[in-house]
Amino acid sequence: MFEAIAFYLFAVLTIAMFTITVMTSQALYALTAMAAGMIFISAFFFILGADFLGAIQIIVYTGAVMALYAFGMMFFDTTRNVVEKQTNPRIVFVLGVLAAVMVVAIFVAPIVSDNIEALYPINSQVGNTQAVGMVLFTKYLVPFEVAAVMLLVAMIGGIVLAGKKMDRSLTLMAEEEIAMIHASNERHPEKGEH
Amino acid sequence: MEITLTHYLVLSTILFAIGLVGIMRRKNLLMLFFATEILLNATNIGFAAISHYLGDLSGQMFAFFIIAIAASEVAIGLGLLIVWYKRTGKIDLDLMTSMRG
Amino acid sequence: MELYLYIALFAPLVGSLYAALFGASPKSYHTGLIASGLLFTSLVSSAILLSYVMGGHTVHVELMTWMATGDLYIPFGFVVDQVSVVMMMVVTIVSTVVHVYSIGYMDHDKGFNRFFSYLSAFVFSMMVLVMSDNFAGLFIGWEGVGLCSWLLIGFWYHKESATWAANEAFIMNRIADLGMLIGIFLVYWNIGSLQYDVVFAEIHNLDQKVITWIGIFLFIGAMGKSAQFPLHPWLADAMEGPTPVSALIHAATMVTAGVYLVIRANPIYSEIPDVGYFIASLGAFVAMFAATMALVNRDMKRIIAYSTLSQLGYMFVAAGLGAYWVALFHLMAHAFFKALLFLGAGNVMHAMSDELDPVKMGGLYKVMKGTAILMILASVALAGIWPFAGFFSKDKILEVAFSSEHYILWGTLWITAGLTAFYSFRLIMLAFFGEERYKQYGFHPHEAYRFMLVVMSPLALLAVIAGWFEHDFVRLVTTLLPGFEFHTHHVELMLIGVTSLIAVGGIVTAILMYRNGPLSTKWEEHFCYKVLINQYYIPKLYNEIFTKPYGALSRFAWKEIDIRIVDATVDMIANAIYKTGENTRDIQNGNLSTMLRWMVIGLVVLLALAVAFTVGYNAIGA
Repeated sequence: MFEAIAFYLFAVLTIAMFTITVMTSQALYALTAMAAGMIFISAFFFILGADFLGAIQIIVYTGAVMALYAFGMMFFDTTRNVVEKQTNPRIVFVLGVLAAVMVVAIFVAPIVSDNIEALYPINSQVGNTQAVGMVLFTKYLVPFEVAAVMLLVAMIGGIVLAGKKMDRSLTLMAEEEIAMIHASNERHPEKGEH
Repeated sequence: MEITLTHYLVLSTILFAIGLVGIMRRKNLLMLFFATEILLNATNIGFAAISHYLGDLSGQMFAFFIIAIAASEVAIGLGLLIVWYKRTGKIDLDLMTSMRG
Repeated sequence: MELYLYIALFAPLVGSLYAALFGASPKSYHTGLIASGLLFTSLVSSAILLSYVMGGHTVHVELMTWMATGDLYIPFGFVVDQVSVVMMMVVTIVSTVVHVYSIGYMDHDKGFNRFFSYLSAFVFSMMVLVMSDNFAGLFIGWEGVGLCSWLLIGFWYHKESATWAANEAFIMNRIADLGMLIGIFLVYWNIGSLQYDVVFAEIHNLDQKVITWIGIFLFIGAMGKSAQFPLHPWLADAMEGPTPVSALIHAATMVTAGVYLVIRANPIYSEIPDVGYFIASLGAFVAMFAATMALVNRDMKRIIAYSTLSQLGYMFVAAGLGAYWVALFHLMAHAFFKALLFLGAGNVMHAMSDELDPVKMGGLYKVMKGTAILMILASVALAGIWPFAGFFSKDKILEVAFSSEHYILWGTLWITAGLTAFYSFRLIMLAFFGEERYKQYGFHPHEAYRFMLVVMSPLALLAVIAGWFEHDFVRLVTTLLPGFEFHTHHVELMLIGVTSLIAVGGIVTAILMYRNGPLSTKWEEHFCYKVLINQYYIPKLYNEIFTKPYGALSRFAWKEIDIRIVDATVDMIANAIYKTGENTRDIQNGNLSTMLRWMVIGLVVLLALAVAFTVGYNAIGA
């Protein structure tokens, strides 16, 4: 009973948050709503007994990813209203609903749930975190290492991409100088990278 | 009233659909990234739920990797976005038509 | 002896290929000389073979296997027997003369080398036709001469009338060849072989009805090649080709291939006298029919062409009545004097700058003595005056008709003999004697090269003396061909007298009527004249019955079926693809947002398929 109440409550909340994220024209609202949605999703993980995953969700998403987005937003100066030209909004929703309905139709079809077998059964003797650790560092060791390398690469890539021209501080420049930089970039786009 | 796997999957699907609407609707690149995050999270719920109801940890493993991928994507994506913004001063999708055929 | 056979057969081919090497280059005498030389080699080989065959032997060789599948075995086999050696002699003599003559005649023509290539190729095909020892080989030669005839009639392909005539000849022959093919198929179907010796040995075991059909279909082929009614119009139109071609192909050799076929297939036709009688009747009809058309025609070459048609009719009468050797004899004699006549006409044409209307000539005897004498000789031979070749052969045909008690046929041929003499001398009188009308039209005639006249003289000699060897000829060919029993010994002299009388009568009438030049033009208003000059309106009739509806049908197929259906379908496919591309170009507008939408649409489609398959699978599984 408790589980059901929790599920529906968080379900409604998550859907509401994400809907706001998608629909709002205020960038700040969107960011905030998404951060809230992420936290609510971690609640599902806790309900489902995946404690470690829930913790990771909060740390990675709400901590790291959201912080990155917040920085990005400040950089791009999107704190004002985001003006977006909407073309054919109806088709967007129709497609979304159609996709949802059909995925649901597939899920409720008996053939999916009948044909799945547990590959690594959960050992009830140990806690979730320990079990995850055991599986992750045995069966999924190679993917784990690959993922680690990927994260490293992503970090370096992010720094390199974002770090260009960091020697010039836009905030300290006068408006005319910035305009001049933009103008010269437009004339010699490739020159600006050096 | 028991909560079954189907409930979770339907929830996951609804969130995924919201994400789809987002990626179709958004013209601002940053907002588009938000929508992709929603898509990834929606699948995460699905994986975690299946993992739970099957008693198999593989689902959770996939959820981990998806989170890792999401983190990398944000890092690289934002880096690229910054480069683009520095060049053009705009992050509007409708203006990024250099791949016009 | 096999060596001589191969030389006789392949020397023309070598000549043709040699001339073809220089086909596109400007005129070079050596092609003509070498082609003629090789043909002379062929002639010599044929003569050697003739002497060998006269000794009572035959040569039969098998060059190689051509087709061997299952029960079907067709070799490239060649036979030199009494019949084929006569044909070989005729072909090689006439073609050698024509080749040498052509060196002079085609002197100013741009296609000199090409001409010799075609001409030699024709001789090779003709040799294959007469020497083959089976029906398949005969058919190859048959088609080969048809092809060369097409090439040569249309030799001056820039003239529309020439190409038209070439196509007409080819198409009419094709219609007849279908009949011939069916005949050959019937032979193979019923006997299982195409070798002459096998077929002729087996033929009398077949059902009478089957033999009749075989005979009819083979004769349809012969009708096309020998231009018998109703497939005759092409021969007169074929005169569009160069004159040596008319002499060689459309008088002496190719058109007699039909007669040769009937003679060669004599065991078949001996079994079916009714068909033979039909052939004879058709031959007599054509003889008369063509002779009447020649009476009024004002085109020198066409007159001679109609005369050829008429003489072919004579040959078919003899062959149809079972007197095969008589037909062959007339074939040989006719080849000599008709080729001579054509070559003479070629000289006149040259002299008159390609003018063919004898009414515009007159009095050419003074400037072209040699040609005139040769042509008069040929005409006398054609008219059948003793002791020229035509007398012996034509007289024999009349005797055959009389002896078979077909008096109507005899009467027809008898009248035709008079007509023949008349139109031959009408031509001679108009062209060579009387007032010199050519001066009014501003022509400056001149005699042809001397060597052209010299080379024509062997033909003239043969036209005179060929008939004297009748007894040797009979002895030679009757070893292979059935003899003919004449029952006319009591009236023989009377028949000869009557025939000679009408021939002389024809000649005298012509001389008297045309001694002062052409008749007054009021004749041209006469109904008979109009019918005859329009060739009994047959070409017009064919045009109305066959050509125009076919043209309309083709136009319909072009405008309605091809353009509206075939073309439209192809265009539609192309347009559909083009339009699709044009319309879907918007997808590739480079806008990421649009692309994402398309991606979602794709996803939805895939999901729909997944749902459909899941539902379908469950439905089957349940």
